[in-house]
Amino acid sequence: MNNRLMIGSVVMATCVMLAVSNIALADWDGDERGMFERTPTVPVVASKQYESECGSCHFAYQAGWLPARSWKKMMGTLDQHFGENAELDQATRDNITAYLVAEAADNRPNRKSRKILRSIAEDESPLRISTLRYINHKHDEIPTRLIEGNAKVHSRANCAACHTEASSGNFNEHGVTIPGYGRWDD
Amino acid sequence: MKIVITILVCLAALPAQASENILNERMDAYRAQGGADFDADRGKRMWAETHTQSASGKSVSCTSCHSANLKQTGSHIRTGKLIEPMAASTAGADRFKDPAKIEKWFLRNCKWTLGRECTAQEKGDFLAWFLSQ
Repeated sequence: MNNRLMIGSVVMATCVMLAVSNIALADWDGDERGMFERTPTVPVVASKQYESECGSCHFAYQAGWLPARSWKKMMGTLDQHFGENAELDQATRDNITAYLVAEAADNRPNRKSRKILRSIAEDESPLRISTLRYINHKHDEIPTRLIEGNAKVHSRANCAACHTEASSGNFNEHGVTIPGYGRWDD
Repeated sequence: MKIVITILVCLAALPAQASENILNERMDAYRAQGGADFDADRGKRMWAETHTQSASGKSVSCTSCHSANLKQTGSHIRTGKLIEPMAASTAGADRFKDPAKIEKWFLRNCKWTLGRECTAQEKGDFLAWFLSQ
């Protein structure tokens, strides 16, 4: 009897702990309550080809930052890629497109991608991650002198300049160190 | 025992040697395409030379994204992403391991900077400049 009581207490305590930690882990910021989504953030980049072809010039944004329709549009307009010609040969382009679409925000569920999708109208296929409504909202307290006016940062597109763990998918503000300024905690 | 040590030392030196070998192979290929007497100083001068991009009117050079000092890290003019040094002596072991990658970036970056492809002579001079550093 004593044994059963103990097991029961342990099970109960575990349930309470899980429930509390789930609430604590959930990001209550904004209108999102996706606390039962198991994965908190975008999956890390798993394509060496994407990493080397695209990541040579800019941060290799995880595919989970945009919906599949955006990636398709992006990969179809590489000759005019944010004002640069970033053309790839057909085979490379097809491979990378397939990877990005498979891992896109609407194909790999996680809390971060869900918030991203909610900030994009369904009939829109945005290409620029750094000005999505969700990203704007997340950065609205950072003065421009620390980003655009900061030679070591240059642009919000340069995620890894401040988000020191960006490549592992951690964009949590505790991992933020702004060059020339230091840690950012609000 | 001596043989084992010799082999180990050779293995340790392999990566740097591999980069240099690939660069030298490329220069042989450029000679076969009409290049001759590759000159690190000429490469250095071209590296810093500015050109006006026809589309944007911007004045750019190799140093817009790479550093003028090849042993230092550069920063992409548009995205700010850091770009590893280009000096053969400081470049990582896999910086110059793939000839196709070297040609890909020559093609893309010569077009971006000069508005045209580089000649075999120019490419050889650039590599001579990387090797001298």
